[in-house]
Amino acid sequence: MVEHRPWLTFLTHGILILGVLLLVIPIYVTFVASSHSLQEITSNFSLLPGRHLIENYTSALSVGPRDLGATVGTMMVNSLIMALGITLGKIFISLLAAYAIVYFKFRFRMFFFWLIFITLMLPVEVRILPTYKVAADLKILDSYSGLIFPLIASATATFLFRQFFMTVPDELCEAVKIDGGGPIRFFFDILLPMSRTSIAALFVILFIYGWNQYLWPLLITTDERYYTLLIGIKRMLDVGEGQAEWHIIMAATMLAMIPPILIVIFMQKQFVKGMTETEK
Amino acid sequence: MEKRVVFKQKLLPYFLIAPQIIITLVFFIWPASQAVYQSVLQEDAFGLSRKFVGLANFAYIFTDETYLNSIYVTIIFSFSVAAIAMSVSLLLAAMADRVIKGATTYKTLIIWPYAVAPVVAGVLWYFLFNPTIGIVAIYLKLYGYEWNHSLNGGQAMFLVIFTAAWREISYNFLFFLAGLQAIPKPFIEAAAIDGASPLKRFWTITFPLLSPTTFFLVVMNVVYAFFDTFGVIHVITAGGPNYATNIMVFKVYHDGFLSLDLGSSSAQSVILMFIVISLTVVQFRYIERKVYY
Repeated sequence: MVEHRPWLTFLTHGILILGVLLLVIPIYVTFVASSHSLQEITSNFSLLPGRHLIENYTSALSVGPRDLGATVGTMMVNSLIMALGITLGKIFISLLAAYAIVYFKFRFRMFFFWLIFITLMLPVEVRILPTYKVAADLKILDSYSGLIFPLIASATATFLFRQFFMTVPDELCEAVKIDGGGPIRFFFDILLPMSRTSIAALFVILFIYGWNQYLWPLLITTDERYYTLLIGIKRMLDVGEGQAEWHIIMAATMLAMIPPILIVIFMQKQFVKGMTETEK
Repeated sequence: MEKRVVFKQKLLPYFLIAPQIIITLVFFIWPASQAVYQSVLQEDAFGLSRKFVGLANFAYIFTDETYLNSIYVTIIFSFSVAAIAMSVSLLLAAMADRVIKGATTYKTLIIWPYAVAPVVAGVLWYFLFNPTIGIVAIYLKLYGYEWNHSLNGGQAMFLVIFTAAWREISYNFLFFLAGLQAIPKPFIEAAAIDGASPLKRFWTITFPLLSPTTFFLVVMNVVYAFFDTFGVIHVITAGGPNYATNIMVFKVYHDGFLSLDLGSSSAQSVILMFIVISLTVVQFRYIERKVYY
């Protein structure tokens, strides 16, 4: 920085380390708990890793919590299907919509644009019952379609692609036209390859969004075969007067955090790009 | 902004835009209009009869004490979450901005909790503060402080605010750090040469220049606290004890989905819609100005 003040540098690092600890500690405790037996967790909880790590994870993944009817393995697969379905679905339909809005002139173009914009103002939370009723009428409760389709409209992705397409030089489009190519060829040969970085950034953000969905799956899944991991964890906690199986819950919680955290850490560049660009 | 070069096809654009529009109409516009429609109707529990009652549902909820309570709880909750999450992350971002060695490591270590779902954050802290087995609760007890958020409303409120704010630190940090790094260094250096202390430089130069970011984050944090914290509440307190943490979004879920009170729930949905619409308008107006800033 500007001047040299050793104590200030010391304080800076001190505060940052405290901040990091505040963020890491709950995860560490969860990890430690997932390596203990239930009895160790409930009676004398030690903050050092225990010896039941492998046992807890295998039992969670293959046997699952008691009385739930689904293994954590199944629930992870469901979460993955939902997350990928939402991510790819949003990217796909937003690419097409943005392409139509930018590269074509047609009646109701602006009307459609505003219609898509309105979705920003209607999160699931404000239309819980009627959306549930639509899903029930379409018979997509307790199904992958039900977990995915109602969530794939995306104003932010459409805007992001629109924004990007506006910066693509017109000459490229003209060149394709002169060569006798049509809109489909332009889209696949030029626009799609050029959108790679935007797609990657969106993929990271949307995967996290999809994996972390909670309210909607909670509303529409009653059949345990379609429980996502987050719903499963909540169900495991609902034991009433009984003893929650903390060792399994903590293992499941770790498994629920690992995929999105790995994506943020290993695709940090795309993550930061996605965050700062989609929020505009 | 319009493209100079466009394709001539007449039907193709409709096919391209159709999937997005169909999903929007079926799962967004139609349900939202149904919520508005039902908010002026009264329907019996079996859906056998319905009649138009005008604004009676709204009049009813605004005299309902649990609803007024949930408005109050939501205000306290959102502003506390925004204030705590933003001040902690501004402090961390200001510190990270000073660091030369290890800055990227700190950044990585601070941004990853964004990937933790609010409901999972709820599980983490619920476990730590669990009155019977949570280590924080046990330590508090050792020092003579009785912790039981399932009985004590104040403690429950503290825990959900704390958890929701914890989850939002990464997000704010990312934007504050980007904002800080965009401030031209000569401003700071000039002030330093004039003898201004680091703290004085921060409050008189950095903080005012950061105000667009701060304002943007205030809106985003309030939106988050209103609409994305359902999981935190659901896992830790389920609105209790005695409605102490019954935020509006949790109440609309509870009344509509569990108690099946259609009229009241729709009226609440409509009010929430107004809130999101106003917040979105504020957010987009601000972004217009950011362009010229």
